[in-house]
Amino acid sequence: MAALNDPPPKLARPALSRGQLWGLALLFAAACVLPFLVSNYRVFQFTLALVYAIALLGLNMLTGYNGQISLGHGAFYAIGAYTAAILMDKFGVPYWLTVPVAGAVCLVAGFLFGLPALRLDGLYLALATFALGVAMPQLLKYKGVEQWTGGVQGITILKPDPPEWMAISQDRWLYFVVLLHVVVLFVIGWNLLRGRIGRAMVAIRDQPVAAQAMGVNTAMVKSLTFGVSAMYTGIAGALGAIVIQFVAPDSFTIFLSITLVVGIVIGGLASISGAIYGAIFIQFIPNIADQISKAAPWAIYGVFLIVFMVVMPTGVAGFVRIARGRLQRWSGR
Amino acid sequence: MRFNPNRRAALLAGGISLALATIAAPAMAQNKYGPGASDTEIKIGQTMPYSGPASAYGTIGKAEQAYFKMINDQGGINGRKINLISLDDGYSPPKAVEQVRRLVEQDEVLALFQTLGTPSNSAIQKYVNAKKVPHLLLATGATKWADPKNYPWTLGFNLSYEAEGAIYAKYLLKSKPNARIAILYQNDDYGKDVLKGVKEGLGAAGAKMIVAEATYEVSDPTVDSQILTLQGSGADTFIDITTPKFAAQAIRKAFDSGWKPLHIVNNVGASVGSVLVPAGLDKAVGLLTLSYYKDQNDPQWKDDPAMLEWRAFMGRYYRDGDPKDGSNLYAYLAAQTMVQILKQCGNDLTRENVMKQAANIKNLKLPLLLPGMALNTTPTDFFLVKQGQLGKFNGTQWQLFGEVLSTGN
Repeated sequence: MAALNDPPPKLARPALSRGQLWGLALLFAAACVLPFLVSNYRVFQFTLALVYAIALLGLNMLTGYNGQISLGHGAFYAIGAYTAAILMDKFGVPYWLTVPVAGAVCLVAGFLFGLPALRLDGLYLALATFALGVAMPQLLKYKGVEQWTGGVQGITILKPDPPEWMAISQDRWLYFVVLLHVVVLFVIGWNLLRGRIGRAMVAIRDQPVAAQAMGVNTAMVKSLTFGVSAMYTGIAGALGAIVIQFVAPDSFTIFLSITLVVGIVIGGLASISGAIYGAIFIQFIPNIADQISKAAPWAIYGVFLIVFMVVMPTGVAGFVRIARGRLQRWSGR
Repeated sequence: MRFNPNRRAALLAGGISLALATIAAPAMAQNKYGPGASDTEIKIGQTMPYSGPASAYGTIGKAEQAYFKMINDQGGINGRKINLISLDDGYSPPKAVEQVRRLVEQDEVLALFQTLGTPSNSAIQKYVNAKKVPHLLLATGATKWADPKNYPWTLGFNLSYEAEGAIYAKYLLKSKPNARIAILYQNDDYGKDVLKGVKEGLGAAGAKMIVAEATYEVSDPTVDSQILTLQGSGADTFIDITTPKFAAQAIRKAFDSGWKPLHIVNNVGASVGSVLVPAGLDKAVGLLTLSYYKDQNDPQWKDDPAMLEWRAFMGRYYRDGDPKDGSNLYAYLAAQTMVQILKQCGNDLTRENVMKQAANIKNLKLPLLLPGMALNTTPTDFFLVKQGQLGKFNGTQWQLFGEVLSTGN
């Protein structure tokens, strides 16, 4: 496990080195310039990738840091998306307000699901969450809620316009809206994961008995992690719905949940930057696969997956970490 | 069809203007091009479920590409080759949005053609109408694709589910006005669409003919109990709005239970191979259904010239395709219709004109449609297929009878 190889955490270590700060600033600047260099269609794709990055960070907290495997996070993505769509469509709530509401709804839903899930470990939890993911599309079609969800027809929502003083396209505006959420949520996630709670999460993953002996409230931390993880995924779902302008049960099949798991594993488990790498993978690789072969796009996708896993067994983030370490050693000589 | 003097006048006027246009065209020689069109190429796009739960329909996209290859080999349309860009959406609405945006914004197609699936098309309808891209001949039977007032750029292909239901209702009103009708339908948008058509076709006066209704969910194991309930209502006519698995169950149960009503099964559940054979051919004798194109598995069309032409196409251009699969014949019809629209456009290949021509299809008699049928659209009527003919199952095949029935006037 990664945690065993890490150097023991020093107390009060600097949050970020100067170099890392510069790197992040550069990355942020690049992200701001990017939408002006490419077409609206590409901006839309990058926006979707950012949305996935939020969802992946959420799932990574749960699976990567806390060791709880979820094969049903697509369900929380769906709840977030539907919350936003119903609020916009039925109640006329402005789009930017629906996102925090969707997050709150998913926080509660995730926490409640996390309570019974406490009794389940490893593969059993994976199966329980899988059940949630499989059931969700059919629950959304349920007659009793059809007047809200629109049944199989789903809900079409209007694309938000940029404020009048800004002369940019709707797609670029949405990109920046999503980027803002990414920055805020990643900063919060980073603070959470490197602090006391983050250490408790990792401790529960690696040594649950020892963690409990150390005074960690295992049950509370696990349920809360489930809640926060669902909240992140739900916020991503809400943003995704606004970007796609449409929700329907068929948008949130079990395949979405599996895709999210693929994203965190490819990106790098227990890594914040891994969420971004994973998001880029799940957004763009299927398109590349489709371009290579119409007859068997998923076979090509499978080949990509295997190659990534063989070349980078710790995910892209792990690969980057190792590469940077080698580079530093080499340049330090 | 009833004689309509206005239609004839319109036809005549159309014919004259068309003739004038053909004469005038070489003189003007003014080619107008929208995105995706040029002197040598017409680029159109579509999304298809090549992967995912509906991938069985992917053959439609492949058959259409094969058809356009044949047209291109024959010289194209007015010298322009058709380039159909067909992308996989995995039957996922968000993916369909992404792929359609690629087709419109990056590939810059002239029009969309046969995008498949109700959910995927629902997801893109607002976008393509805002972008004013012709969204043509959608491969879905939902009724909402003919709404020219709100969605002037969307025009479907299939005989709509609602129209099918209305035709059954009109047939019953005429041939069995005292029928006591029981209805079984799948509890989703498809089932409700057909049901709505039946009710509207019966009208206020005929509504009391319906004595019982029952529904089932796609996840139900059987519909046996629903059939018994319907039988208990004392109905003598049964409209069976079900998909293949449930249609087979309903046919068997309605026969075995001794009910034996006049049994109308909707076209979705009327395939001989996948429904009637499993149900038992002897139990299916006397069933009624509606169809609008020829069934390649039906022996009566074995030597039909149009069927031979289609088989030749399958053998030469789409050898991987299954000649028993009706989707390949359906795709051929849709592609022929698209070619007709593009031919009508002449040298004015702008998006506006493509849409205008799609909304002005006049009496298009494709040879694979049932005899006597024609496709028609007008700027206020986007229902392309409005007709069908009833068939009665005689133990081996659907025997067509009566005249061609239509929904409207």
